[in-house]
Amino acid sequence: MTELICIGCPKGCHLQVDEENNYEVSGASCEKGAAYGKIELTDPRRVVTSTVRVKGASPARCSVKTNAAVPKGDIFAVMKALDAVELSSPVKIGDIVIANVCGTGADVVATRNI
Amino acid sequence: MIYDVIVIGGGPAGLAAALEAKNEGAEKVLILERDRELGGILNQCIHNGFGLHHFKEELTGPEYAGRFIEMVKNTDIEVSLDTMVLEVTKEKQVHCVSKTEGYRILEAKAIVLAMGCRERTRGAISIPGTRPAGVLTAGTAQRYVNMEGYMVGKRIVILGSGDIGLIMARRMTLEGAKVLACIELMPYSGGLTRNIVQCLHDYDIPLYLSHTIVDIKGDKRVEQVVAARVDENRRPIPGTEMTFDCDTLLLSVGLIPENELTKNAGIEIDKRTKGAVVYENMQTETEGIFACGNVVHVHDLVDFVTAESQRAGRAAARCALAGGVDGGKTITMKNGSAVTYTVPQKIRTGNVEKLCELFFRVNKVMQKAEIEVLDGENVIAHFKREHLAPGEMEKIALPRMLLDKAAGSELVVSVREVE
Ligand SMILES: Cc1cc2nc3c(=O)[nH]c(=O)nc-3n(C[C@H](O)[C@H](O)[C@H](O)COP(=O)(O)OP(=O)(O)OC[C@H]3O[C@@H](n4cnc5c(N)ncnc54)[C@H](O)[C@@H]3O)c2cc1C
Ligand code: SF4
Repeated sequence: MTELICIGCPKGCHLQVDEENNYEVSGASCEKGAAYGKIELTDPRRVVTSTVRVKGASPARCSVKTNAAVPKGDIFAVMKALDAVELSSPVKIGDIVIANVCGTGADVVATRNI
Repeated sequence: MIYDVIVIGGGPAGLAAALEAKNEGAEKVLILERDRELGGILNQCIHNGFGLHHFKEELTGPEYAGRFIEMVKNTDIEVSLDTMVLEVTKEKQVHCVSKTEGYRILEAKAIVLAMGCRERTRGAISIPGTRPAGVLTAGTAQRYVNMEGYMVGKRIVILGSGDIGLIMARRMTLEGAKVLACIELMPYSGGLTRNIVQCLHDYDIPLYLSHTIVDIKGDKRVEQVVAARVDENRRPIPGTEMTFDCDTLLLSVGLIPENELTKNAGIEIDKRTKGAVVYENMQTETEGIFACGNVVHVHDLVDFVTAESQRAGRAAARCALAGGVDGGKTITMKNGSAVTYTVPQKIRTGNVEKLCELFFRVNKVMQKAEIEVLDGENVIAHFKREHLAPGEMEKIALPRMLLDKAAGSELVVSVREVE
């Protein structure tokens, strides 16, 4: 049995996950929490948010995110890939900055207009 | 020319209020914003976690703001950027200044105050030690890193475990800095549990509860900070000191509503929230002047800011179009045990449609709690909640029927822990 706190929403439900019993989750107030409990113990993932350079624009950075959660172990590789990026304006919310970043299947997309 | 509604501040509160005023039929609506763009503090909050209630999906701060900015652009709401409001009067004049328009005095039938809040600084909590470079608030660091693209340090200690501090602990780690510790004076964190998990636990950053910083060392730049455990009176305990070699100290020691304009206008301020006293429709004690968002009370979730601001915008439009409203009987809300404040502070029952939402905070962590609303000796409503904490705003909804039945002119909200 493992105790977890769900990060699915600000409620922060306290979950108990039973590894012996097909990762059955108790304590979740919604289905999202039940899914989180299982995946957190088998294949933990996070959405990564950061910024990338923008050539000659103000502000100098454009915020970005992965459009799906990526494996926790790949977070720093994703950060490294972002270092190499330089956008030029105009940038629109949702523009793909890096497709299939580090082979995770997730795209890095812009989260602001510049 | 007289505006129907002038909104001061173009953060999420101001944007939602302006849009709702427009929807409610106000014709001439103006937003005044001192920054170079709309969106307020959300522009620097690049992490996700916004909009789960309002949009039913998880957005980053700039995306959440972006949706409202887009909606405003699709209306004829006027926006003046780079415009600083200097004064608001009870006669509903707004004095403002900008490079392009110079000094202007604008008039409105209704005003919405949506200036947000600012961070407490080191001065406000007085830490001993030298004053080297490298001590800054977490929000300032957030702006440097996320908008200007400067790193603020390599080895970092964070004082305070509010959400901004937690978010910055993760952010600095991702950018290659080493975050040595997050130090919290209280025996509990001031931030959301989910942020403790995904910002500290994920990166093995230790959180020291019931600790504070007793010394900052360094000549030109921070070289060390010394932390110590505190006793139940929050006094440092000698002999428990720990020294961290670091070049930067980030302060995340709370936010204060930005109410200079409000105070100078002579509008009554609640000492507990440090924001204006407001009625159920977010009107202040001055007829025709409304307030919403972080300028009224510090919110953890922008979704609640939006909902509250829509209420303010709707009421401002009605006031501009129809003049003042007579709301009937006024009930004053009082704090009972374990409650630190309520918003609204006053309810005019005649203005409540079906339910009146009441926001409040508690002063300690409680696993299971019972919330009671008392009319004199009588409990007229009670609610059950799990996991109450000072870092998390709570709300209850009071039915109009109950408010109408209240015998006195005061209701007390009280919370107690139950087994
Ligand atoms: C660092 C941080 C992290 C957060 N993280 C989350 C999160 O993960 N999830 C979530 O839901 N919520 C989060 N919040 C909370 C949420 O972002 C805020 O509650 C919300 O932005 C408050 O909106 P506001 O419009 O009241 O204030 P603000 O966004 O501060 O906007 C106020 C605006 O008024 C302008 N202004 C002030 N004075 C004047 C003047 N005199 N003249 C002209 N303009 C003026 C300012 O420039 C500013 O643009 C976070 C808040 C902060 C500070
Ligand atoms: S289980 Fe559902 S309600 Fe509970 S924290 Fe997770 S997402 Fe939120």
